Amino acid sequence: MKEKTQVEDIDRSLYDFRFEDKDAYKVEEGLTEEIVKQISEEKNDPEWMREFRLKSLKYYNESDVPDWGPSIEGLDIDNIVTYVRPNTERMHTSWEDVPEDIKETFDRLGIPQAERKSLAGVGAQYDSELVYHNIKDDVAKRGVIYTDIESALRGEYGDMIREHFMKAVPPTDHKFAALHGAVWSGGSFVYVPAGVHLDIPLQSYFRLNAKGAGQFEHTLIIVGEGAYLHFIEGCSAPKYNVANLHAGCVELFVGKNATLRYSTIENWSKNMYNLNTKRAIVEEGGKIEWVSGSFGSHVSYLYPMSVLNGKGARAEFTGVTFAGEGQDLDTGTKVVHNAEDTSSYINTRSISKSGGINTFRSSVIIGKNAHRSKSAVSCESLMVDDISRSDTIPAMDVRCADADVGHEAKIGRISDETVFYLMSRGLSEEEARALIVRGFADNVSKELPLEYAVEMNNLISLEMKGSIG
Amino acid sequence: MSELLNIKGLKAGIEEKEILHGLDLEVGEGEVHVIMGPNGAGKSTLGSVIIGDPAYEITGGSIRFAGEDITGEDTDKIVKKGLFLTFQNPIEVPGITLSNFIKTALELHTGERIKLWDFKKRLQETMEVLQMDPSYADRDLNVGFSGGEKKKAEILQLLMLRPKLAILDETDSGLDVDAVRIVSKGVEEYKKQVGGALLIITHSTRILEELKVDKTHVLVNGKIVAEGDASLIDEINENGFEKYLQS
Repeated sequence: MKEKTQVEDIDRSLYDFRFEDKDAYKVEEGLTEEIVKQISEEKNDPEWMREFRLKSLKYYNESDVPDWGPSIEGLDIDNIVTYVRPNTERMHTSWEDVPEDIKETFDRLGIPQAERKSLAGVGAQYDSELVYHNIKDDVAKRGVIYTDIESALRGEYGDMIREHFMKAVPPTDHKFAALHGAVWSGGSFVYVPAGVHLDIPLQSYFRLNAKGAGQFEHTLIIVGEGAYLHFIEGCSAPKYNVANLHAGCVELFVGKNATLRYSTIENWSKNMYNLNTKRAIVEEGGKIEWVSGSFGSHVSYLYPMSVLNGKGARAEFTGVTFAGEGQDLDTGTKVVHNAEDTSSYINTRSISKSGGINTFRSSVIIGKNAHRSKSAVSCESLMVDDISRSDTIPAMDVRCADADVGHEAKIGRISDETVFYLMSRGLSEEEARALIVRGFADNVSKELPLEYAVEMNNLISLEMKGSIG
Repeated sequence: MSELLNIKGLKAGIEEKEILHGLDLEVGEGEVHVIMGPNGAGKSTLGSVIIGDPAYEITGGSIRFAGEDITGEDTDKIVKKGLFLTFQNPIEVPGITLSNFIKTALELHTGERIKLWDFKKRLQETMEVLQMDPSYADRDLNVGFSGGEKKKAEILQLLMLRPKLAILDETDSGLDVDAVRIVSKGVEEYKKQVGGALLIITHSTRILEELKVDKTHVLVNGKIVAEGDASLIDEINENGFEKYLQS
């Protein structure tokens, strides 16, 4: 007697539109020394970077794919195009100068609008290169640098980049860090001088348009003593029936008593292998705040790591991961307490639906000198149906007797009573379920600026469409 | 008065267990009906079944509302025809504020967007009637509300949604004297403003003092076993249900 909504495909048209590849230049598929040299030449690298790339390639060839976590068998590097330069001469500082189809892409994603309304600066990457970078004048006047890595590499901050580039995440860290070191392209460099407090955020948006391509942007942020920055990272791609690869790298250096908030809304298409590495090094009294929403990709390995090197350094990680049909998302965080009185607070939620697999993996290491350090880990999972899966793998390595560590995990389901209560006020079953899931994810949405919270809630509603079988 | 709710031979239960064994009930527009009965008689089941709680299965009979057969319809479709059930234990829902929730519900009921300013004004006025602290509007739905505030929030939704028939399920249970007085005032306000019908499920009579009751039904063991006017309430208050249990 009851009508049930049919299970439909999710309408992802907002993110799925794509334009034909009109790239000016791309390398052959696969990964060889020849290709790495070609990229290096194309990018006009300084000599040390060229050597760095080749050394990374060597590590890549010598190391193995991870033997734990979701399968990446469907990813064959021989089929991936590692460098695609969009059809534009150089990076622009005015949207007017960005080629029409690329500009339209970012228009539809709402980037220029957000820039006008609520951001201090914006960077936009299309495939392998930044096509737009701009920073508000008054912010630039305070000495804040926000630009693409490539021009920074050749400019007055070249030495600073050389000093920090892949120092937090060395290419030897794992196979895909090595891959990144070899073929990285694009990404943003941010430098906030000591004492500068930026009230409004900077945002970089990464769009991968080309079929069968990889995106390897490098984000390097240095926040000086006592400074404050909120950096927002967004990413999306249209769906293809071949594998795409994202192996970006984010390196954050948080100075003494500085605070960096790093927010991400990741919505890669569901043919994407997201093998991203993010790491923050935090000095005395500094604080890193990760806010992370993971919605997209076919397979993810993502564990932003905080290394608390200075006395009293703090890390907060607030995350939500949503795994739907065909998604195997292995996400979590790592914290290393290397100094006295450091603290970490981890609060994650995961949602699994339509056979999606979620694995929460955390690692907290408290070193032997990290006296009086504290760590609290809380992870909650919500299973929307009976065919999905959720696992929790928390690891703790405590080498200091006076540390205070706690872990709490919960797995729950949507209660029929709550659905009925909401329906009794006029919400359809689908709307009721979407509302419950949005509420479950509000640890993250409450931390995001309003516009991004709205976008995230829309994503959840989109994912919950057709969820009633 | 013309007919609003018409239940004939309703049989319903959970899994294999039948709770309502052929229940008949008629409520006319604007009338006030009271359903009394001992614990476990099926009073709360009746309220839930009328608005289509999927936890219960209807195995016989029919429910008509405002001239339409609503037997087995989805809850959201039923309530949008002008039905409202207050819950005995309103559920805590994080992620949406009371104010946003009511606005969403109202828009779903009317199918139109509501001007924020007009809505806020009406909400504020209605909250004043119920002596609710205005800050509750911006708190997540029922989250951390006291028992009394939860009941007030239910009456607030009733007043905002203006249904043709309100079913109050033990709305006064567990409330102190002051809270009962405020809830009663809210119910009176509903009569005054909306002029809708009421089906009051209760085992106490505190909430009824200020209301003119048109009809009283005694529900025992899943059936209506006696009906009368308001004077039946006094009789039950004096003698209890014993006489009906034996029948």
